[in-house]
Amino acid sequence: MKNRSWAFLAGGLLVALLLAGVVSNYASSHPDGLDSSLLKGCTVDADDNIVEGSCPAQQARDHELADGPLADYGVRGVRNSFVSTGLSGVLGVLVTFAIGAGGFWLLRRRGSTPTDGDVATPTPAEDDAATSRAGTAS
Amino acid sequence: MQTLAMHISNGIIDGPVAAIFAALALAALTVCVLRGRRDLDDRLAPMAGLVAAFIFAVQMLNFPIFTAGVSGHLLGGALAAMLVGPWVGALCVAVVLVVQALIFGDGGVAMLGLNITNMALLGTAAAYALIALLLRVLPRTRAGLAVTAFVAAMLSVVVASQGFVLQYWLGGTTDLGGNLAGLAGTMAGVHLLIGIGEGLITATTVLTVAKVRPDLVYALRSLRAPAAPLVPVAGGVR
Repeated sequence: MKNRSWAFLAGGLLVALLLAGVVSNYASSHPDGLDSSLLKGCTVDADDNIVEGSCPAQQARDHELADGPLADYGVRGVRNSFVSTGLSGVLGVLVTFAIGAGGFWLLRRRGSTPTDGDVATPTPAEDDAATSRAGTAS
Repeated sequence: MQTLAMHISNGIIDGPVAAIFAALALAALTVCVLRGRRDLDDRLAPMAGLVAAFIFAVQMLNFPIFTAGVSGHLLGGALAAMLVGPWVGALCVAVVLVVQALIFGDGGVAMLGLNITNMALLGTAAAYALIALLLRVLPRTRAGLAVTAFVAAMLSVVVASQGFVLQYWLGGTTDLGGNLAGLAGTMAGVHLLIGIGEGLITATTVLTVAKVRPDLVYALRSLRAPAAPLVPVAGGVR
């Protein structure tokens, strides 16, 4: 890849790490759109525990991996909730990037044999891809 | 109640229906892999990884909506479709959902097929259909791009929410007493409001990328290519 692409990638990852590592602590903790819809018919207390009524949410069961080391966006054993949430976010971004970029890299189209999908791709993209291939080879 | 993130929890939809949707999602993702490979070159592959990582990060940021006591967060299908195309985009959202279910205990593992169907497949497909339509009819300006991103993102969230209603109709574990329309209405209303947030985040992100690296916006490359060769020069987006 060209230097500009590396810079974009690094910049984007930095933004994602900041969002997941720091800003995530200021996220709203209210039930989300799906949960609130499923709570219709029930009354909840200040901690969003169901106190009475009947609603779909009552059928919810525990997650298979509810005791996992990163379950519920916290790191097991870290007491400080700010650090716990932030650290789990940072790990999540890195793991997602590793799986995503790694997986897509393995799936990518190799060689310069054009396929019918290339019809929609303009030449600049092809040029860049060719340059980057040459770059990796050297 | 623990914080959940707009993902279906275990027990909400019954086992057989969850299994059917798991098979359906797997088949659809296979098609995405086959078609997505055509788009994936040395440059797009790492960028798609970045899109997945970015969606994971932003999904942690629940924002309040106008209704008191309810929050929402980005689903990301429209953002992914805009930046890396519909096939790879759906795979990006699916990667996020798999990581969330298997590592963060968010969205039941048994419910993964349902969640992937709604958010990765339905959301992304609806978004891309709208993007393809709007980019053709709207003026080729930054405003046109912003409106495309906003509208596609907002409506894709509502479509995804109705996917859940369909699944609940097929295998919901609580008898709604025939009031499925009530659930559909509640879900649509709440998700229209969440969709405004989704639209703002998607439009902001797409505009930022289009300003820095217009060549990295898939929708601009593939949907506008014949008329305007997109060399990253000043004003290339216009």
